[in-house]
Amino acid sequence: MKIIPYIQSMVNGLLVGSLYSVIAMGLTIIFGVMRVINMAHGELIMLGMYVAFWAFTLFGLGQMAALLISLPLFLVLGAAIYGGVVSRVERRAGEMGTLLVTAGLAYLVANAAQLVWKADFRSLPSALTTRSVFLKGISLNYSLLWAFLAAVILTAVTYLFLIYTDAGRAIRATAQDREAAALMGVQIHRVNMLAFALGTALAGMAGVLLTPVFYVYPYVGRVFLVKAFVVVVLGGMGSIVGAWLGGLLFGVVESVASMFIPSGYRDAVGLVVFLLVLLFKPSGLFGRSRV
Amino acid sequence: MRKLALAILAAVFLVVYPLLVHNRFFLHLSIMVLLYALLGMSWNLLGGYTGQISFGHAAFFGTGAYTSTLLLLRFGLSPWLGMFVGAVLALLLSLPLGWLTFRLRGPYFALSTLAFAEIVRVIVYNWDTLTGGGDGLNILTDLGGVVRFYYIILALTVAAVLVMRACVRSRWGYFLNAIREDEDAAEALGVPATRMKVIVLAVSAFFVALGGSFFAAYQLYINPDLVYESQISIQMIVVTIVGGIGTLEGPAVGALIIVPLSEYFRGISPVANPLIYGLFIVMFMLFLPEGIVSRVRRLLTRPTGAVVEERDQVSAHI
Repeated sequence: MKIIPYIQSMVNGLLVGSLYSVIAMGLTIIFGVMRVINMAHGELIMLGMYVAFWAFTLFGLGQMAALLISLPLFLVLGAAIYGGVVSRVERRAGEMGTLLVTAGLAYLVANAAQLVWKADFRSLPSALTTRSVFLKGISLNYSLLWAFLAAVILTAVTYLFLIYTDAGRAIRATAQDREAAALMGVQIHRVNMLAFALGTALAGMAGVLLTPVFYVYPYVGRVFLVKAFVVVVLGGMGSIVGAWLGGLLFGVVESVASMFIPSGYRDAVGLVVFLLVLLFKPSGLFGRSRV
Repeated sequence: MRKLALAILAAVFLVVYPLLVHNRFFLHLSIMVLLYALLGMSWNLLGGYTGQISFGHAAFFGTGAYTSTLLLLRFGLSPWLGMFVGAVLALLLSLPLGWLTFRLRGPYFALSTLAFAEIVRVIVYNWDTLTGGGDGLNILTDLGGVVRFYYIILALTVAAVLVMRACVRSRWGYFLNAIREDEDAAEALGVPATRMKVIVLAVSAFFVALGGSFFAAYQLYINPDLVYESQISIQMIVVTIVGGIGTLEGPAVGALIIVPLSEYFRGISPVANPLIYGLFIVMFMLFLPEGIVSRVRRLLTRPTGAVVEERDQVSAHI
């Protein structure tokens, strides 16, 4: 039965990919609404991971609890970053300014984390993270399965929020045409803040869900930021559905490809995907053409 | 006239400086200031004048460092010649990146620079038969004393200043400015935007690689974490932002402030420097996004209402 390892790898890729989807959705909502690429997105994921880690280590709280704590925490954090930093810089220095200031923020947060929490690679106790269920020869990591389930729910809730609520409609309208939305009475500043808070919360919660699968360390954000870029470009910049499918697809591609290439080059898979998309379909799978 | 006199005075000072100052530490500090002025200026040509933000210039820095060092170790080629090979290699490396991302509208370039730098680092790290992998490369040849290094980096930096000055003061400068302000409008007026951006990236990569080669020769040791690390890219950005993004003098002024500061903090904690860089970027973008040079220039010119030489088409934006 030679096919089993491949199916196993695809399943794992799909499970991890669902988390990439959540991360990429956060990034793409922020980008779609205010044309800001949040370079600090990875660091928000890192903070989410530490929330989950400390919630368990200090208080014995499981992931469900950590997820519930992180939702309000990251919504407020996102609103604060937008109100305190991003919106101010955008007013004075435009798109270029927001790119630079979020990059600076990312660097600041990552190194502050390094100072406070040290460079140690931390992880949840393996008794929690290595339990698996078997299904026809395929092993399914229990906590990964649960993260997948949570990611699917998060994705669905976010999608329904954007489609069916007034606030969601305001977000989509602003993403489509900022001036027109403003003329229709949408409060652009508030919509921006909401979108930034939402994107931040998605990053933080994705971080919580990633904790059982990945090591937690201060510079981990960079790894996920690059992956998020790949997924967002793959799905089409600003496209929610694209981010979702792009995440799943990238998870599978990365997982399967890593069976064929030396482990040292594993992180290179993302860039190859990235380059191929830019070369052949720069608008992504679901984006409008911007060429 | 006054400007010319000032320039000559500065040049004379920079040339006789090592004859007056024998303190090794001060010489070292000046070398690092000049190096970071060079790197910042190169980044600024692309980021400040053209509005294309790169987070991955470490890729070119590292390529310069590795090329000249390998040429020295394998073929005994002097790094002062090898650095030009490295610079051309970095330039060639920049072409596919530029061609691929600059023809697209949107922030594709900025997005891809992070991944680009990462992939180059991964390749250098894993290709250990050539590069020594994580162990890095040691230079055992005697490359001369600290004064010699000072004059070499001075020559490189002055060359970079002259090239960039020529760039931004020619028709090109207006092209770049137009691309930064409104690319569609620029193209409508016949500015070959994509080609200009690719060329500017290549020039920028070329000079950054020269800095990388110099760094390797000066430190006598390199490894992927040292020369391909994101901190290298961040340092170029921070000196530019502090001094004044989109100004010729900005990166030099920024380097003059940042380099002594970071040499001081290096001893306190290994994370002190990156922490300060992050803090400086955020604070300057929040409170002084135009940087020190632009602010000082405005303060100096405002009260007297004197005619300012506004040929540096910069301070208007950002």
